[in-house]
Formats: sequence, structure tokens, C-alpha cells
Amino acid sequence: MELETRSGNLFGYSGARAHQSGQDTVVFVHGTGMDHTVWVLPSRYFARHGYNVLALDLPAHGRSQGSPATTIDAMADAVIEAMATANISSAALVGHSMGSLVALSAAARYPDRARSLALIGSTAPMGVHPDMLRYAADNDHGVIDMLTYWGYSKAAQLGGNENPGLWMAGNTLRLLERAPDNLIHIDLAACKDYDTGLSHAQAVACPTLFILGERDIMTPVRSAQKLISAVAKTQVCVLEGSGHSLMMERPDALLDALISIV
Amino acid sequence: MSKIKTFGFDTLSLHAGQRPDPATGARATPIYQTASYVFKSPDHAASLFNAERAGHVYSRITNPTTAVLEERISALEGGVGAIATASGQAACHLAIATLLGAGDHIVSSRSLYGGTHNLLEYTLPRFGISTTFVDPRDTDAFAAAITPKTRLLFGETLGNPGLEVLNIPAISEVAHAHDLPLMIDSTFTTPYLCQPFALGADIIFHSATKFLSGHGVIIGGLVVDSGGFDWAASGKFPTLTEPYAGFHNMNFVEEFGPAAFITRARKEGIRDFGACMSPTTAFQVLQGMETLPLRMQRHITNTRAIVEFLATHEAVEWVSYPERPDHPDHELAKKLLPKGCGAVFSFGIKGGREAGQRFISRVELLSHLANVGDAKSLVIHPASTTHHRMDAKALAAAGISEGLIRLSVGLEDPDDLVEDLGQALRASQKS
Repeated sequence: MELETRSGNLFGYSGARAHQSGQDTVVFVHGTGMDHTVWVLPSRYFARHGYNVLALDLPAHGRSQGSPATTIDAMADAVIEAMATANISSAALVGHSMGSLVALSAAARYPDRARSLALIGSTAPMGVHPDMLRYAADNDHGVIDMLTYWGYSKAAQLGGNENPGLWMAGNTLRLLERAPDNLIHIDLAACKDYDTGLSHAQAVACPTLFILGERDIMTPVRSAQKLISAVAKTQVCVLEGSGHSLMMERPDALLDALISIV
Repeated sequence: MSKIKTFGFDTLSLHAGQRPDPATGARATPIYQTASYVFKSPDHAASLFNAERAGHVYSRITNPTTAVLEERISALEGGVGAIATASGQAACHLAIATLLGAGDHIVSSRSLYGGTHNLLEYTLPRFGISTTFVDPRDTDAFAAAITPKTRLLFGETLGNPGLEVLNIPAISEVAHAHDLPLMIDSTFTTPYLCQPFALGADIIFHSATKFLSGHGVIIGGLVVDSGGFDWAASGKFPTLTEPYAGFHNMNFVEEFGPAAFITRARKEGIRDFGACMSPTTAFQVLQGMETLPLRMQRHITNTRAIVEFLATHEAVEWVSYPERPDHPDHELAKKLLPKGCGAVFSFGIKGGREAGQRFISRVELLSHLANVGDAKSLVIHPASTTHHRMDAKALAAAGISEGLIRLSVGLEDPDDLVEDLGQALRASQKS
């Protein structure tokens, strides 16, 4: 669906079903340089199971227009604005990587808008490798390689996709290659500069589920412990063998975990 | 070239797409010889049918063994996904039928495998899809043949039978300037010798019967999606950008992004046309692909030895192989095919059709048959087999002389091949 907001015309994928009044809503927020297509399977699942779904393309990502938001809080504001435009009063907020920080900020700063929170591949503060930032600043393909291959467990770099016939690394490369110049750098810088994650976590009042990858080297499980401890009502689900790209590596296990919190 | 360490081609040839079997620990890829798969519950079934969960429903659509092969070729080509088909012809048809419909048009190289030429020239027009054939060496001719109805440009990495080296970078530039995709038949080169996506192509298909499997025991094909073509920006492909009533109004570009083409090909094409690959065939192709880099290196060294032998033989009029300086595409081949120009080539025998027939009847180690890309060396004389109804004039129009012999060089000891070719050449000159 197209959403006219002050941040520009934003696109939200609804799981191939129109929103119905009276249904609970799930809002998905993607990671650096990505878009709603990373959420297609769970979006279709929840849409068929009686939820309204909004898998949002953040400003300047995917099919959304507007200028990119340069801070995590500004991205969260865009999500809240998109929800208001779509007449969504509150939702289960689900975010991956950078999107998890956006969901965290939204849940902390707009507590009445968050029914529950799922933070996938998350940590705060979220360090960003200096080479990654350097390549991103130069719009060098090296940053896309790093985000892609560091985003998968070593085993998943050899494939074995649960979704038959698709090459996971290839899909991620192509998706990131579609990002406009400078967008990945803006996203990575926003992650690096987001220094209020722990205080935001302390402000989160809704039930929260962390879904982490056992083999994640970008947001390792151990690095998330402070953030996990800061949230009041929290559960943790570690998906065995998975790297950072949990939606691609373990789509079914991820969906099962989401069902428990959404 | 990636800035970080990633798995190399040889490793991917062995491992891509497969992990030790979670059910049994089997290291080799198991053959899941099953038509269908038990659902865990009615809701699980519904979520598989509605593309909400990953998994298998029916082996015409997906199969765990076949999926390994599809991932492996995607990894080797640098694409986003692939579909294994019953033959190379089925792969070609699947790709075309996914993108084009009645009224649409293709611009194709005229130097094609005969089966592909038949499909484009005679069969697809019955379904309203027309093709204009152009000289593969003439990039401007591709551009000039494009009409408002054109939806695809097509060629082979190495043309048949002249081994024209397709200028993929230049032709993809023409295609993309017209918001059109370029499809490549990469059968003769395999991803070991040429990776068309890196050169600008958008779709690749293979006859897996040939070098990919290398053993000559199966018939199969593969279609691979680069994921790089922007179907939405093109605006010419409603099958990918508009809701598809045949699959719950699925919009493939909106929902699958870079994998839109290959997903539509699976949700519609392999489902409805049904030309799928069997799991046992996929297993056999995988066995071949594990040694693809090693075999292709040996194919190339053997071919170079045979080419050198023939080029100076008194019974040989000419040898056409792009690594030779007298080949029209020699410079382009050095640029696009630095590892080698394949193991299929032609030469002309002195004495025309009769000498060709005598040569063919005297080869003993090489096998006289209609195939290429086997581990065993193969030979055919088109004027007395595939093109036997044509007179000299008609053959010339098809780029085939009466004395043309096509070789597919295998993996035997090169000295043994040279010896067999030598004795057959000597016999061919005795009337």
C-alpha cells in the first residue's frame, strides 16, 4: 500500500491481503539497505491468520520515496507516522538488525503504539566495522560483500536454503545492489551513532522477544546481553546454527518464534 | 572481485547447496525419490501452498535433491536462483514462456543449436511469438532489429557451428538501453569458462546434459536468474509486475524483488508446463558438477593439443577455434574467455562430403553420435547426418561446408586421440 506521509510517499507490503478493521497488526522493519521483500513469508502467514500486516520500506528504501532518515529515532518517527497514516493505533513491532533498533526506539518513545516487540539479530550499541563504513562512504561494492557474507553463517554461505532453489547470498547481494548511492552509508552511520539503545530498552513496557542467531558474527549473542537485561519483560530465542540473516537462514524457526510474541 | 574472502569456484562446485543430510548425516546428496511430502497439519499445508513457509509440496515444483542442484548452479553463475528442467530445450522454453506471450518478439543470434533454432523459427510463431535472427558478430544488428514488441535478446556464448564469440557486454548494453533482458545459452562454456552475469547478461540457461554433468548419461536443463534486471523500471513485463490470478494475485516483483523472474517461472511455468527434472537426474548432474573445474581444465588442454595437430595436418583445410589467431573473434575470445574457448570446434576435411564420410567411418576411439560435452570424445559429420538433406549450396547458407567435421574433445589421453584422428584422416584421403 502507498502511504502519503510527511517523510514522503512510503510503501508498505500488506502480505497480499487488504487490512480489515478490528484486526491486530504486525509491523515489520527491515535492516540496512534492504526493503520489505525480506519479510514476504511471515507477512503472508500473518495476513492469512487474521492480522493486518505492514512491512514498511523505510524512506528512500525499496519502493518508498523521500529523503533517507539519518538517525534511528528519525526512522522510528517515520514508522510511527506510517502507522498513523494506515490507521494503525498499535502493533507488534518486528525489526531486524538496524530495523530492530528502529523498533526499539519506537516502542520506547511511543509506548502506546507497541503491543509487543520482536528484536531479530539485535544488539545495542551496534558497532559497525570501520572498513564497512569506509566502503559505504565510497559507494564501494565491498560494503555489500561484507553485509552479505558476514551476514550469513559459514554453513549458509554454502547454501542449503530451506526455500528451495534460491541462492541466499545471491539474493542479498542483488537486494543491496539496488540501494541508491549513499543509502547504506547513512543506514550504517545511524546504527553506529545510536547511543540510546540501553535507555530505550529500559523504557520498553511491552513484552519483548529477542531472536538471535547462534553463529551471528555481526550482532553476536553475547553482545546482546546488556540490551536483553535492560528490558523488563523479555524472552530470548537463539536459533541454532544461524548467522545474522535469520529470515533467510531459518525462515520457519523464525516464524514459529514470531508467532509466540505477535 | 569480492573485497572479502568468500568460497571459491572449486569449493562451490563441490559443496554449494548441500549440507550433510539432517535426517541421516549422509555426506553425499541423498536422492529424495518421492513425488510428494507429508504435511504436518492442515494449516502447515495451507502455509506451504500460500508461500508462507519454506518447504516442499510436490516434486514437479520443488524437490530436495533438485534444489541442491539449483542452488549449486546459482552459486557458480552468481545468480539468485535456478530451476532444473527436463532438458536444455525445456529450460529455454520455460524462460521464454515466463516472460513472453502472443504478440511478443525476440531478437536472436542466428548461430544457434538446431533445437533452439527450430523452437524460435517454427514452433513459437504458432503461439504468437516471433523472432528476428541476426549476425551474432553484428551488435548494431541486434539494436536495429528491436521493435516495440521485443521482449528478449538472445544468443549463445559460442555460436553453433562457427564458434562466434558473443560480445555479451556490448549486446547487454544494447538490451539494457532498450529496457530489455539478455538471455544466454552458456552450455558450451559452463560457468568455469564464462560467467555471463558478470558480463551483463540477465538470464542463463544450460543443457546440463553436456559439460555440466559430463558423463553423457542424463538429459537435463537449468535456467538461472541473475536477479539484476529491473523488471518494474522496464515496464514491459506484466507477468512479473501485475497481479497473477493463477497464484492468488501474487505480484512477483513486489513480493520477491530480485527473485521475481525465477519465482514466477516456478509458481507458473514449472507448475503448468511441468517439464521438471527428476531427483535421480539431479543427483547425477551433481556428481558431474563436483569435478567440473578439473574436467574443464582437461577438456581445454586436450582441445588445444588436437587443434594444434589438425592445424598442420595435410588432410585438413581449416580449423575454426577462437584461440587461433585466424579466427575472426580471436581478440574478443582473449578478453571474454581467457580460460579457454570450450572443447567443441569444427574443422574442414579435404575432399568434401565423401572424404567426411570416409573419415567418420574410420574413427575408432572417437564416437560418432549427435551430442557434445561428454567425457568421451565425440565426432559428427553434419553433411551426412544432421544436415544430410541439404545440398552444398544450402549447407553453405547454414555456415556448414560439405567437409565440416565437428569434434567434442573428451578427457582421454591426448596422444590416443591424435593417433585415432590421424589414421582416420589418412583413410579419408584414399578414394
